[in-house]
Order: sequence, then C-alpha cells, then structure tokens
Amino acid sequence: MSGRDQVLAKVRAALQTAERGAGPDGPRPVPAPGRRTRPDAWDADELADRFAERVDDYRATVVRTGPDGVGAAVAAALADLDPGTVAAPAGLPAAWRPDDALDGSVLRTAELPAVSAVVTACRLAIAETGTIVLDHADDQGPRRLTLVPDRHVCVVRTEQIVDDVDDAFAAMSPADHGPPGPGTPPLTFVSGPSATSDIELQRVEGVHGPRTLVVIVVGPG
Amino acid sequence: MSARWPEVPQDFPKAAKVTLQDEQLRANLGHATTAIRAKRGGVVAEVDDWEDLRDEGAAARDRALRALDERLVELEANVQAAGGVVHWAPDKAAAQRIVVDLVAATGSDEVIKVKSLLTDELELNPALADAGIEAHETDLAELIVQLGGDRQSHILVPAIHRNRREIRDIFREHLPGAGDVSDDPAALAEAARRHLRETFLRVPVAISGANAAVAATGTVAVVESEGNGRMCLTLPRTLITVMGIEKVLETWEDLGTILRLLPRSSTGERMNPYTSLWTGVTPGDGPEEFHLVLVDAGRTNALADPVGRDALRCIRCSACLNVCPVYERTGGQAYESIYPGPIGAILTPQLQGLDTAPTLPWASSLCGACYEVCPVKIDIPKILVHLRGRVTAETDASGKGHHAGVERLAMRSVARVMDSRPAYEAAQRAGRLGLSLLQHGNGRPGRLPGLKGWTASRDLPPPEPSFRSWWREREATGGAPSVGGASPVERPAAVGGAGAAGSVPLEVVVHPPGGRPGVVGGPGVVGRPGGAPTDPTRTAGDDA
Amino acid sequence: MGTRASLLITCLVDTLFPDVGRASVAVLERVGVAVDVPMEQTCCGQMHQNAGHPADATRLMRRTIAAFADAEVVVSPSPSCAAQVVAHYPHLAERTGDAGLLREARDLAARTRDLSTYLVEDLGVEDVGAPAFPHTVTYHPTCHGLRLLGIADRPQRLLRHVPGIDLRDLPDAATCCGFGGTFAVTNADVSTAMMDDKLAAVTSTGAEVLSAADSSCLMHMGGGLQHRHSTVRPLHYAEILAGVRDDDARRSAPTLEVTR
Repeated sequence: MSGRDQVLAKVRAALQTAERGAGPDGPRPVPAPGRRTRPDAWDADELADRFAERVDDYRATVVRTGPDGVGAAVAAALADLDPGTVAAPAGLPAAWRPDDALDGSVLRTAELPAVSAVVTACRLAIAETGTIVLDHADDQGPRRLTLVPDRHVCVVRTEQIVDDVDDAFAAMSPADHGPPGPGTPPLTFVSGPSATSDIELQRVEGVHGPRTLVVIVVGPG
Repeated sequence: MSARWPEVPQDFPKAAKVTLQDEQLRANLGHATTAIRAKRGGVVAEVDDWEDLRDEGAAARDRALRALDERLVELEANVQAAGGVVHWAPDKAAAQRIVVDLVAATGSDEVIKVKSLLTDELELNPALADAGIEAHETDLAELIVQLGGDRQSHILVPAIHRNRREIRDIFREHLPGAGDVSDDPAALAEAARRHLRETFLRVPVAISGANAAVAATGTVAVVESEGNGRMCLTLPRTLITVMGIEKVLETWEDLGTILRLLPRSSTGERMNPYTSLWTGVTPGDGPEEFHLVLVDAGRTNALADPVGRDALRCIRCSACLNVCPVYERTGGQAYESIYPGPIGAILTPQLQGLDTAPTLPWASSLCGACYEVCPVKIDIPKILVHLRGRVTAETDASGKGHHAGVERLAMRSVARVMDSRPAYEAAQRAGRLGLSLLQHGNGRPGRLPGLKGWTASRDLPPPEPSFRSWWREREATGGAPSVGGASPVERPAAVGGAGAAGSVPLEVVVHPPGGRPGVVGGPGVVGRPGGAPTDPTRTAGDDA
Repeated sequence: MGTRASLLITCLVDTLFPDVGRASVAVLERVGVAVDVPMEQTCCGQMHQNAGHPADATRLMRRTIAAFADAEVVVSPSPSCAAQVVAHYPHLAERTGDAGLLREARDLAARTRDLSTYLVEDLGVEDVGAPAFPHTVTYHPTCHGLRLLGIADRPQRLLRHVPGIDLRDLPDAATCCGFGGTFAVTNADVSTAMMDDKLAAVTSTGAEVLSAADSSCLMHMGGGLQHRHSTVRPLHYAEILAGVRDDDARRSAPTLEVTR
C-alpha cells in the first residue's frame, strides 16, 4: 500500500468514526462561507490616508505625491545611496525609473548582493493592514529582486488600494489566470521592513529582508 | 544541534515543579507574555467584526477537515498541475525518509530551513544529521535554540524563555563572527543577518513548513517576519515543503480569512512583515523543483475523535500560550513537547497517543482564557475535559496509569454518595462529605500521595449544620419565605462557626429594602447536631 | 410579584458554606422572590466531569435534571456550578447519545442562571437594599462565571450599591486564582504559584475583604491568605449583599491551604 493510499484510507476511516461518534444531533453543522460586508466602506481618499498611516506604523517611510512627482520622490528615496547600485524591473514605467538603474528582471541571485536598492510597482495595496502585495509581474520583477537588496522603494497608485485582506484576495484570485498551472504567479505580501520579535517579543526592524521600505503613494493628481 | 524531546516524557507536574523554581524563566516569560497580550488586545479591538471573523475562521477550518480526503486529493492534483511533486507520509519515519532521500538526490550535504514546528515534531534535523546532511535553522529564535543546544518553549518564539543577555552570551560563544556583540536586540538581529546571508546565497536546498495550502488552487502559504522564509522559499534551486495534512483549506477566500486572523492573534500585528504564496513552480522565479510532503503522523487519530478533532483547526498562532496562567508560570519546556501550552495539552496527547502524555490534559485549571482568544474558536477546556475522560477510561480498562486505582475508587464512591439523597445527607452529618469536597474528589483520607500535603486548614471540618438542615427547619417551623416583598424584616441568621475553638459566629443580618442596618438579634446557631439552640431563622415580616 | 426561583445550592455551599446559602436566600427574599430549595439535589457533577469521569458526572446530571424538573428558574450562588449546567450539561448529554436526555439538559440549561445574572438581568435589580458595609473590598471575577456564563461585572454592579463600600479594582483581575478543582490537587505547585500572584494582587489593593462569587475559589484563596497570616477576609458577594456584621473579624468558614 503506498503512503498516499495509507494516508487517505486513514483519513476516510477517521471521518467515518467521528461521524458515528457524533451525538443525537449528528455532526455539528458547518456554516457555509459568507463574506462579511463592511458597513462603512471608505472612499478613495480615506483609503489612501489609512494606508499611509498604517504603513508608517511599521516604521516604513511613506511619501505622498501626485503623478508628476514620482520621479523626484524615487530620486529622493535613493539620494543617500552614494555610490549605490540601483535596479528596477524591465516593466517599470519609464517615469518612475532611476536613470542608471540596472534591469532587475535579468539579474541572477549571485549578482543581487551588489545591488543596494530596488524600485518597483505593486499589484495592489491593503489599507487596513498597510500591506503592499507583489505578484511579481514585469513592473515588479522576480521575487529575489525585492528580497536581497537592502532597500525597497515601492510605488503604489491610490486606485490600487483596497480596504482589507479579504478584498485583496477577492481582487486577485489565482483562478483569474486560468486553471491551476505554471501560469499562476507567486504573491508576496509585504507589511513594513523585515522585522523580528524573537528577543523578548520586542520588535526590531531589519533582519534578512530589506531593512528599509519606502512606499510612494501616488494620488490622482 | 537542538536537543531532542524525551521519548517518554515525565509527568507535567514533576517537570513543572522544576521549571517553577527558575525565577529568571518566570521573569522572562511574564515580561514577554504581558507585552504580547497587550499588543494582541490592541489590534483585535480594532477589528469590529472580530467575533464574526473567528466564526468564519472556525468554519473555514472545519469545512476542510470534514472532507479532508477530498481536499487532499484536490490539493495534490493542483500542485502537480502547477509543476510541483506531492509525497505522502503516514508517519514520522516515512516523512524523515522522504525528506532525506529528496535532499540526498540533490547532491547537497546541507539545507537551509524556515522555522517549522512540524519538522521539529518529526525530528527531521537529527534524521538529516544521521544522513550526513547539515540543517541550518534560519529563524532567529530557532537559531538561538539550535546554537544553545536548547529546546523550544513557545510555538511562535521558541526562545521566549531566554532574555537578551542570555542570547548575547549564546551568540558570543556559538555564533561565528558574532564577536563581542551587545545585548541590544537590534545588534543581535544584525549578527544573525551577517552570519546567515552567505548561507542563504550558497545552499541549494531549502526545507519549509506551511501555514496553509489552498486545495482549490494548489497554493501554499508561509507567514513570517524576518525574510528568512522568503530567502528559503525563493533562492535555492530545490524547495521541500513539509505540511501536516490538517493545514489544507478549501478555498482561496478561506486563506484570506485565516490571514486576517493569524497575525493579530500571533504577534499582535495587523499583518506580519512577509507572507509568501506560491503555486507549484514559476519559470524564471524561485525554485526549479518543488516538493510538497503531506504528513499524517497522528493527525488522523485526532480526526477520528468527534470532540478532539477540533484541535486540528489550530493555525499555530500561540495566542493561547500567551494568555495561559499555567504556561506563563511553568514555561513551555514543562510540557515536554514541541507543542506546549493549552493547545499542546490537547494536541500532543492526540498526535502521540494518550499513553505518551497522560498528564497533559490535566495541565490546566480550565480557566478558559485560551478559548476566549483562539482565532478559530477551539474550545480547549472542553477538549481537555474530554481527553481526561478518555485517559481515565483507558486506565480504567488497563488498571494502570495515573488515574487508576485509589483515585478511581474514591471518585466512584463519592459519586455513589452524591447520587443518593439519604447517603449524601448522612455523609454531611458525619462530616465526611466536607472532607471529600475539600479534597475535591480526590477523596483519600489524610495526605495525598505525591503531594506535599494538602490539608484543610482545620483538620476536619466539623459536621456543622448544612444549609439544607437549616432550610428544612425553617420550612418546618413555618418560617417559610415571604413573597410579596412588602417589607420582610428578618432577624439575623447566625451562621455557625466551623467549630474551631474560639471561632466567632458569622452573623448574616438581613434587612428590609431601605431598612436600617444593624438589626438586632443574638446569634443562634441553627440546626447544629447536639449543639446550640435551634432557633430557625424566620422572616419577621411573616408574623406581621 | 409572584416571582419564584429554585436554588441550585451546590454541594459545596450546602455542606461547607451554609452562610452563603442563607445569604442568597435572604437577598432573594428581600427583593421579593419566593425561594424554593429542591431537596433531591446533591452535586451537579462538575467535580467528576472535570476529573475525567464523565459516566459519574452524567449520573449526577440526570439526578440534577430530575430534581429541578418543575423549577421555573434555577438560580445558583455559584457561577461555576451554574456553568456546569448551562455550558456543560448539553455536551455531556450529547455524548450519551440519548436524545431525550439532551433535550432535558438543554431545557434545564435554558432555565439556569447565577444569582447576579438573575438579579441584574431577569429582575432588573442592582440595588438589593443591602445594609452598610463600610469596608474596602476587592473583587475577583472567577473564571467560569466570566468566561462560560459571561456574567461580566454583574456582581460588582450589585456590590457598588452597598452603602459605604469601597470597591477597589483588582490588578489582573481576570487571571485565574489557580484553584481549578482537581487542578489544585493534581498540579499543586503550579496552582500555588498562580495563587501567589493572585494574592499579591489582592494585597496590593489594600482591601480588607476579598470577594468573589465562587466559594470554591474563595476557599482556595482563603487558605492562602490564612497561610500567610493575612488579615484579608474572603467573603462571597451574597454575604455582603445580605449583610455581615462589621465586628466579625475572624472568618470561620473552611479554607484550603498548602502546607510546605
């Protein structure tokens, strides 16, 4: 009997045993999934304010700007890196891209330790938790690109901000990419810089992931 | 190398007796759990639908568990469709063999690891070491435990029992390149970062656990803080994820629910720094090979118990540990299991067999603080009581074990007395019942074996008049309660002392609404056998 | 009013703390409730259940259900025993597979409450006309009342109306005192460590009286207080509501203590 057959047989036997052992009412019914609805959905401005406030709580840097201010905000976020190697994924809008940025989409792991900072877009952002979500599309680059460099500058457009984690999941179901398969992109939820609470449960920012996170929130202008 | 857990743990009470002596441990734990309780309380209070969310979390876990066979088969199909390979391990030995073989096949003699309780439960590191493979723990707390040759004491923060000075000393002695690092947590984290960076870039195989997997999409989730998880999940060529079969979820949306509950319950954050979700392999991004090892190792034992199976909902947040007054005082190591605290007390005996941990279901005062905070509403006290019943049934049958013999007989005889009014009242009169109650069912006369000597502060409560004898006399003498509430002025009902020499009778002075305190009336001891005057308390208002 | 209530007196109060029972009767009658005490009641079975003897507990549950079959409302001075009926009986009955018993258990559960809930919620009374109690009191909310019954601060609300009382907040009030029934015996060291912290909190308030709703927990903490020669006196809140004489300096009810 294969391990698979053994495990499945034990699972099925266990489910039957538990069923038989249930009381006179039978097994406790499990409620069907029901999406909670937030009674007071926020408008776009409130979402952006909430998002910025919550990102700031993680001791990440938040910069708010208009569509024309992104280039300058990116430059400012990188200004103290001198000299510093900056990378950006191939699909990043030209206006957001630092002049001398390397093409982050093609950098191999071994080359990344030499990169000091990376500038990317994101898939969406979550106001309630101050989270940015990367789906590693062309304007974000592969996972390693936003991991190894010590500074991550991420540009978020206010229309990308959703209310809560539930809304983020609803907005980016893997099913949108067709049936499960190699085309399903990985997702990375980033909430502030890397941190640990492993020593006396005291939060310390900056461990293995980027120690500095700069989030540029771009309003509608 | 982390120390192993004992094959046959000693008693929780015995182990706790030792850890209770450790003042430093208690101070460290008290400090840490107080802080995390406050943080959790703050972020939970922000969520106005928290109770609904808990219900939904419980339902999401139950839906998956009730059709676990179907969900596992679905998960397997979807992981494989996305380029992963799925393996099935019925037990610990099979899991060890599968992982060791997978690593050996890569040709690497070292692996990097993300903190995983399951791999600790499976004692994977020692199995890898036996095969000549070195495992590098990359989570800061796991590293502290590994370097110190220590054992984990908390689900989330395995080194919670160590304070910063102790960690500094461990790093100075055992961490290459740590030099004379200070005890500043930031400096200690920096030392770990420097030490591990090169390892992350070099080692071609990683082993992770999983917080959840979505059957419908084949997506696996790892929740973490430091970025060591992302390093392990994305940089090596081969990723081996070891997951308990109970961790599967039915739908993508269920994962969203769990990710709302977990960080707030766990670290007291709105969201943890990093959550990685991946589906099979992604060309050009991350590992080229992905193996998912599905492990039973006792989970189906729990699944077969209609009450105990709720423990399988657990999402390993550790909120129950942080609020547990027992855990806070004994520390995690007293539980002698990778899963300590309230959840450990119900999970360990079910996973390993009740006979291997017969005292854990008793390691709780049943105060219920754990249930109150559980994000997936596991009624831990109910399961503890249920498992106590299972343990006593087993020891009854075998006649061996902690709860067989004298205790069983005593409990049964108390039950017999309680189940008969004449016997109950006779025992009350004879004073025997009081002793039984004081010993709370342990019913053995005199000293209780194995204890320092619990005694009633009065050697034996005397057969003072019971409440019912007072009531009976009151009824008989027409002092029946007044109804109508006009103004029942009542005379004091003196309550007899416990009979110790010189005890002062306690007077219960009853007053009418709005009446003046200090109603007179001498103490009369009621219904005391052979005792003072029987002057039943009466409601003066009745006489009017 | 015609309000009637049947007292679930509990074996502990009946046998060891009769004054708490009398106080409960006095308070109920003072607010106009006709009290009835079904004499067939003995023990609710909580002790057996929590010690891991569900068959014995079920036996005692059947007995209790029968004893209160005719009761309109069942009121207990002990939230812990009321919780056994309200929260545990249905579960215990379910495990027997007996649908009739399950129905009866649920029915009794629906009719049962602790004294404070009955007074505050059912009768809408917070001021029970208690005599003056010019003492400092701190209140420990016992676990089962708090978490299984959700009685919240009802006992404190009742106490706040007692003339002259100085009710002081207990630090970490919601933390267990360490009693836990069999726990105090099977895990005496841990239990004592928990009690030590609880009593330190009690002492820090400077209160003269430690009050609670469960005589069992008070017995445990009272033993600890006595062991350390504390002058803090344990009192069930019903005793304060009924009226306890000021000059009763010494406590005569039994306590438990650990001797080392």
